[in-house]
Amino acid sequence: MARIGVFICHCGENIGATVDCEKVAEIASHYPGVVYSIDYKYMCSDPGQNLIKEAIKEKNLTSVIVGACSPRMHEPTFRRVCSESGLNPFLCEMSNLREHCSWVHFKDDVTTEKAAELVRILVEKVKRNKPLYPIKVPVTKTALVLGGGIAGIQAALDIANSGLKVIMVEKNPSIGGHMAQLSETFPTLDCSQCILTPRMVEVAQHPNITLYTYAELEAVDGFIGNFKVKIRKKAKSIDENACTGCGICSEKCPIKKIPDEFNAGLGLRPAIYVPFPQAVPNKPVIDRTRCTYFLKGKCQFCVKSCPANAINLEQEDEIISVDVGAIVVATGFDIKGTDFFPEYGYGAYKDIITGLQFERLASASGPTLGEIRRPSDGKVPEKIVFIACAGSRDPAKGIDYCSKICCMYTAKHAMLYKHKVHNGEAYIFYMDIRAGGKMYEEFVRRAIEEDEVNYIRGRVSKIYEKNGKLIVKGVDTLLNSYPVEIEADMVVLATAIVANSDSEQLAQKLHISYDSYNFFSEAHPKLKPVETNTAGIMLAGACQAPKDIPESVAQASGAAAKVVALFSNDELTREPIIAQVNRTAPPIYSTCVGCFLCQSVCPYLAIEREEIRTRDGKLIKTVAKINPGLCQGCGTCVALCRSKSIDLQGYTNQQIFAEIMAIYNRREEYVRV
Amino acid sequence: MKIGFFPGCSLEGTAKEYQKSLLKISSLAGIELIEVDDWNCCGATAAHSLNHLLSIALPARILALAELQGFSDLLIPCAACYSRLITARNVILRDDKIKNKILEIIELPFENKVNPINVIEFINKYLSEFIKSNLKFSINQKVACYYGCLLVRPPKVLNVERYEDPQDMESIVKILGGKPINWAYKVECCGAGLSVSRTEIVAKLSAKIIEDAESRGAEAIIVACPMCQSNLDMRRNNIKKFLQRKSILPVLYITQLIGMSLGISEDDLGLKKHFVPVKIKLDETNNKVKEVKLKEEKEVLA
Repeated sequence: MARIGVFICHCGENIGATVDCEKVAEIASHYPGVVYSIDYKYMCSDPGQNLIKEAIKEKNLTSVIVGACSPRMHEPTFRRVCSESGLNPFLCEMSNLREHCSWVHFKDDVTTEKAAELVRILVEKVKRNKPLYPIKVPVTKTALVLGGGIAGIQAALDIANSGLKVIMVEKNPSIGGHMAQLSETFPTLDCSQCILTPRMVEVAQHPNITLYTYAELEAVDGFIGNFKVKIRKKAKSIDENACTGCGICSEKCPIKKIPDEFNAGLGLRPAIYVPFPQAVPNKPVIDRTRCTYFLKGKCQFCVKSCPANAINLEQEDEIISVDVGAIVVATGFDIKGTDFFPEYGYGAYKDIITGLQFERLASASGPTLGEIRRPSDGKVPEKIVFIACAGSRDPAKGIDYCSKICCMYTAKHAMLYKHKVHNGEAYIFYMDIRAGGKMYEEFVRRAIEEDEVNYIRGRVSKIYEKNGKLIVKGVDTLLNSYPVEIEADMVVLATAIVANSDSEQLAQKLHISYDSYNFFSEAHPKLKPVETNTAGIMLAGACQAPKDIPESVAQASGAAAKVVALFSNDELTREPIIAQVNRTAPPIYSTCVGCFLCQSVCPYLAIEREEIRTRDGKLIKTVAKINPGLCQGCGTCVALCRSKSIDLQGYTNQQIFAEIMAIYNRREEYVRV
Repeated sequence: MKIGFFPGCSLEGTAKEYQKSLLKISSLAGIELIEVDDWNCCGATAAHSLNHLLSIALPARILALAELQGFSDLLIPCAACYSRLITARNVILRDDKIKNKILEIIELPFENKVNPINVIEFINKYLSEFIKSNLKFSINQKVACYYGCLLVRPPKVLNVERYEDPQDMESIVKILGGKPINWAYKVECCGAGLSVSRTEIVAKLSAKIIEDAESRGAEAIIVACPMCQSNLDMRRNNIKKFLQRKSILPVLYITQLIGMSLGISEDDLGLKKHFVPVKIKLDETNNKVKEVKLKEEKEVLA
């Protein structure tokens, strides 16, 4: 006979303000099978947990129902409490009185009644719960890091330095990411390349790190501890072992006018190229979409000029398979281009550039070798207007969210400009200055006070060109909305940070969730900021949300710590919520008739064939068998099984029907009334 | 072909030459513009700053009347009227509560069967083929195509894609052989309804428009809005103060420019009704020469 304990949580005001929790507990105490029922303000707190522990012992409970929030956050908490009191954790269930009741209804008697009903339905299920035992699976102690920007580099180094193996996959020819493109970094103005390139080299030389550049994730299978990953190594068209990185091929390449991605389109590169001199690996690739040989079948200047005979135009994409135990996604971000802004000329004016392009202008390795010169005619601009929030915080035309780093880098840009062009004038149009961070506010004050950058609080309505100048029309909202007109030589837009264009496809490959802006979603916004909802896959850097370097690095180290913790066990325990094909006594052995419809629909390839034989090896029948390591408990096979031979443990047909019948019976009561 | 036509008050008054030229070129192209029976004021510019319901009901009645007459397209040459009718339709379709109130007020059915179009859409849809094959003169001048606010805004209501840099009028001018300039003020405000109450503001805003067009070598400003035309053309004395010189840059309706290319007389286009005299040099097109050549070719082939 079931002895069920019901614990109703107020969740502070979340449930308590709408639902009469005391009454729910009172009603629940009368349900058949319930022997103990009580409410408490915070059931997840220490005193709340103790209530459950003591009740289990004193009342000799056989199962526990907690009527509280969604099971997502606290089911593990309450199951642990039960387990500590000697109750099998799978005999504890949560009834979601918050999302399913109190948050979506007004305070009313009917709301309380619904809460009581939710508990009653679960009572019927829990009566049929059986103890379940976690499944143990082995762990492959190799991590996959996707993306070789600063977040990926940090995560890879942290994991590798713990003595674990790392495979890093970067889609570009070199690692380094956006940080390699930056000139100086806020708030200390230390050179970005100087702090980054040593770490890039460390990645390349680390004995525990295998680096695949110019490569992309092809497919992912498996689960935490046991991912099977396919990586597409795009054809670089060179033999990496033979290539010495001398650079003669790039010099000889007749195609020289391709906009250079590393210089954000401000420079030019050949078709066979190394993205930048400090690239890791420092060996070229052929851009087949631009190479004359691949477009027209002729040329081969690079082949003829290579002293090491390293060019291989016949090379094909290679797909390699690796087994990894965890994945760190650090694929970074993209920015909106200047053509996005109607009022700034739809990208028609050469001297309106993005913040990233300004970084290249200010960088010693950039197209102007660090001199601030405007793209149209190479003149040193005497007046620059910087526009913050170009697309960010702009629901009408751009994106709703704040891109977070622009306030700081715009202050830095203005400062760098003033340091390089002493008589220059810098204007910044801003909405708010968001300088939250260590030494950030001080940095902005320095730009305003020491470097005399003119901050104008207001928006720019229009920019147009006249006599070689860019006329910037805006408003100063601190001066009673006075219209401002500035004749600038150059305009820098702090364009919005957006998710990579292929992030949606990547998320689908990885089976991780993403938000409406296509940034990847963390498992919990506060308490699980580096994990995804898919166990074993972590997030680092701006692929999750806009972030600056310190934050990306911190999150990357956090992700690495999670991976290292995961790998500290030789075995992982998995929840036993998986499908099972029934076994019965001979001569039936199983009700499974061996139609294997289930095998064809299983998305995880978890269903195998098992031959049941007599002792002398004679085949009796072939039935389905679930591989517990692969099954994800989706239930597709259960729904499809014609002979009802498969059940999902913890959610058996019997349990689900008991819940449904509970609702139905209640309805009959109403009908009778 | 018969198309619904809502002239509004301007085309009966200050913009008579707009109506005259529009009707003339349409009839040449074989298109009959039929006025909406019993039409009323669209409510611009006063109604929408005083009473929201009134500002929707007035244009809604016009749409409903046009629907009763069975028009599918309704041409609204005045940009302000056009804006009001489109906005009214938008509000009614978006909000059922307002729709019911409006239907009660106007006491007419409304089923959104009429498509309001402005003069540029009208020309592109119904006249451009006719113009291409009947050009007598080529404009061959630099001109500034001026849209003002209401032909392109609000972009979400009008569904205009390049609302900061529209190109529709330019493409028409190119058909006429004109050279549209790339300029900065094509969608800036002329001052609009402040013409009478705050003339100085209108003069200041219009002066900037004229200055930019002149500085980029335009020989004329081409408009498709009676309010813009009257502000830019009529307020030259006030504009003079801001420019500190006299400007003789003429301001023409797009329909007048088309009429000139089609060889319609000055009187029929109302070209003498402007405050700033219209002097635009026209080159004869070689359409005739082409025709002769074609004929000769055909004869040879025959």
